[in-house]
Amino acid sequence: MTTTSRMNSKGKLRGAAFAALASSLALAACATTGSASGSSDASSGSDDDAPRFAAMTPEEGPFASTYSRYPGRPTALVGATIFDGAGGMIESGTVLFRDGEVVAIGGSDLATDGYDVIDATGKFVTPGIIDIHSHLGDYATPSVDAHSDGNEATSPTTPEVWAEHSVWPQDPGFSRALANGGITSLQILPGSANLMGGRSVTLKNVPSRTVQGMKFPGAPYGFKMACGENPKRVYGGRGRAPSTRMGNFAYNRQTWLDAIDYANNEDADRDLGMETLVGVLEGDILVHNHCYRADEMALVMDMAKEMGYRVTAFHHAVEAYKIGDLLRENGVCSAIWADWYGFKMEAYDGILENAALLQQQGACVVIHSDSDGDIQRLNQEAAKAQAAGQRLGIELSDADVISWITLNAAKAMGIDEMTGSLEAGKMADVVLWNGDPLSVYSRPERVWIDGALMYDAMDRSRRPVSDFELGQPGEGDVK
Amino acid sequence: MKRLLGLAASAIALVAAPATAQDFVIANATVALGDGSEPIENGVVQVEDGKVVYAGASDGRSYETDMVVDAGGAWVTPGLFATVTTLGLWDVGAVSQSNDQRAGGSPFSAALDAAPIVNPNSQHILVHRAAGITRAATTTMPSGSIFAGQGAIIDLDGDSNPVMRERAFQMVALGEGGARLSGGSRASAHVLFRAALREAQALAGAGGTPQTTEIVIDDEVMLGRFDAEALIPVVTGAQPLYVAVDRASDIRAVLALRDDFPRLDMVLVGAGEGWLVADAIAAAGVPVIADALDDLPESFEVLAATQSNIGRMMRAGVQVAISASSGNNPRNMPQAAGNLVALSRIPGAAGLSWGQAFAAISSVPAAISGYDGEAGVLAPGAVGDVVMWDGDPLEVGSVPTRVFIGGVEQSLESHQSRLRERYRDLDESTLPKAYDW
Repeated sequence: MTTTSRMNSKGKLRGAAFAALASSLALAACATTGSASGSSDASSGSDDDAPRFAAMTPEEGPFASTYSRYPGRPTALVGATIFDGAGGMIESGTVLFRDGEVVAIGGSDLATDGYDVIDATGKFVTPGIIDIHSHLGDYATPSVDAHSDGNEATSPTTPEVWAEHSVWPQDPGFSRALANGGITSLQILPGSANLMGGRSVTLKNVPSRTVQGMKFPGAPYGFKMACGENPKRVYGGRGRAPSTRMGNFAYNRQTWLDAIDYANNEDADRDLGMETLVGVLEGDILVHNHCYRADEMALVMDMAKEMGYRVTAFHHAVEAYKIGDLLRENGVCSAIWADWYGFKMEAYDGILENAALLQQQGACVVIHSDSDGDIQRLNQEAAKAQAAGQRLGIELSDADVISWITLNAAKAMGIDEMTGSLEAGKMADVVLWNGDPLSVYSRPERVWIDGALMYDAMDRSRRPVSDFELGQPGEGDVK
Repeated sequence: MKRLLGLAASAIALVAAPATAQDFVIANATVALGDGSEPIENGVVQVEDGKVVYAGASDGRSYETDMVVDAGGAWVTPGLFATVTTLGLWDVGAVSQSNDQRAGGSPFSAALDAAPIVNPNSQHILVHRAAGITRAATTTMPSGSIFAGQGAIIDLDGDSNPVMRERAFQMVALGEGGARLSGGSRASAHVLFRAALREAQALAGAGGTPQTTEIVIDDEVMLGRFDAEALIPVVTGAQPLYVAVDRASDIRAVLALRDDFPRLDMVLVGAGEGWLVADAIAAAGVPVIADALDDLPESFEVLAATQSNIGRMMRAGVQVAISASSGNNPRNMPQAAGNLVALSRIPGAAGLSWGQAFAAISSVPAAISGYDGEAGVLAPGAVGDVVMWDGDPLEVGSVPTRVFIGGVEQSLESHQSRLRERYRDLDESTLPKAYDW
């Protein structure tokens, strides 16, 4: 990388160069949480004009992931019903993984020489479950004011904040999501007080002393936006803009226009918020838009067209079923609950059939939690939505429903090349369930992350306990 | 044709809720009695004059009845009993005008009475009836003071009179919630509570002289004369007192209240750390309404939270109902119960049998609510609340196919079912969706 060429004499980014770089290299570095790139040329160059002080550039990936997989054994899960996450099912199947990667999946004829064989007869295997919408760490338990770190509710647009700077890795919720929910990857989002809430961060669900130790290597950043009641209530309640839905849109559009100007301005000073917005315009940062009402989602999709960005997923989207056709045509996923409704006006029309009706329209469905409770039961939430659809006569195979909480989530988070399904070469993020994962009576028995056994219901020593819980009543208890 | 069918369906919905019960027999069913026993294959349920007259194994009798339903092996259960809820007291949570759950600006607390304000046409009642809940305890929540007010027992049938028993219980928040409402410390909550009960004792003529003074913090009335009067049946033991409390030490302190007020008929609500003091709760004979799935230290009063809480309390001999607030709304009670069954296969966890779990959302909450053997159970003499299901009622995908309350078959329609029918397709080729109803 020729970092110096992108710095002007004040150590500031030159917009045109930045844009060119972003389009060519962004996937490799700019918008990812990948490992740190090499040291900056700026500090070692012989250029007399080199600035005395220079921050790392965005392309250098500050706050890089330090995660590396834990040791694992070559493992063969034999005899299980396998849902591969991509819509496939194998009965009496075999899953092989070693060195952190899935090696193969297949029938009972797959050779298991060299693998520790686990008899999984009567059990089920899925990819690690993925929650696209969590606030673990940024609204950590205990839910005291001191842990309220999800909403920088001091301005309607705070694209400059990054959720990872709020995540407390000692949140006990991570361990519950692992043990009861089989969660292996999750996206931590800022809250929805603001129209533009800031960057999300995607994590591997591994206990760590630092958030960098949890960051999913190579995952793109997400960008949290919110429409509807929350921003207008929070700011309107303070007697300032936005106080209406039209105010929400005006504020958003003006901010996008500012971002476009910034992107076109070679001499602009570095601006953290604008860098995130430009990342969205470049397509490197994925928009996750909290939005409930159908009509409002349609408006947001037109705003995205007007400004030249894409919405990757609407979150909550309780009325998505009313516009499944539009969502399909625009290629926007709906990340939804199975059955939440009624708690606010824009959630009044929530119905159990939302997911099924979207699937019927060919639109992308992801089941999400937005809850430290439901993240432990995404499989059950998906099963509820499946049953509701089946009562309507909509065909929803178990394997397709599992994809709602695995590969579809991975796609909408931009990590589907690495995880989300059991395919050779992908990360060995695997859950062994003690029964059908779409049944209320089943629980994860073992969970592997990158091939390392991180939870075992049968072995107390494979149960993570956060710092906060040490010495407290119930330390190390089944939870 | 589709539209004609739609009209017919909505016409039926409008005239649903027949006023009279009909006698019926459901045969060839998988019957769960709700009393803690395991399901009975090839079971029979007979309802006459709105009451259960027989439920159990097929005994080969012939029946004289108005209607015979061959369940074809389907599950049949008593109606679920939800406690503690706010059903009928709100439409939209965040729309304050529609929401009567809290009255923080009111000068009243213990005197508040849910009975006259229950709205049987609330969508939540319709939605939850369609989910198999036929009876519920409903109440305002603690807001202006530590006392929530007087809850009612309601049915969820379609008639205009939802209230089965008004002023059925009082609720009080101690622990962190009570501390916050009473000025910032548990110590203040306890003083307020004791002062209130002493005042009620005096008003009842049971001891001391009524002071009739208000207790006020700034503009907030913590206790007024009307509240103290409302607490008379509490202090005399005529009205159960539901105590919202979680921390183990707080539970012990609550159990000790009977040293000073021996006639208190208490029920613990929450009891997130109940398993740590399960023996003491059992010895006191105090029932518990507990969240099933809380397993995080959401606050410092539930550091020991675990999904095994209910199972451990039950094993110690405590009568425990699964709280209707175990999920995001009361219709998730069966899911909560099913999860506790799932725990029975996890080493170290305290799971429930299917029968125990189902009883914890039917007969046990009914008994705690004062309807032991009368509701939440299929037994001779019990109300004819019968639910047929399309699968195991504790499975997440299962829903009722028919619901009878007091022997009367109920409509399962609601705003949600109407939306579902409208949006089965997105075809607007002839007219907008607004004409599809």
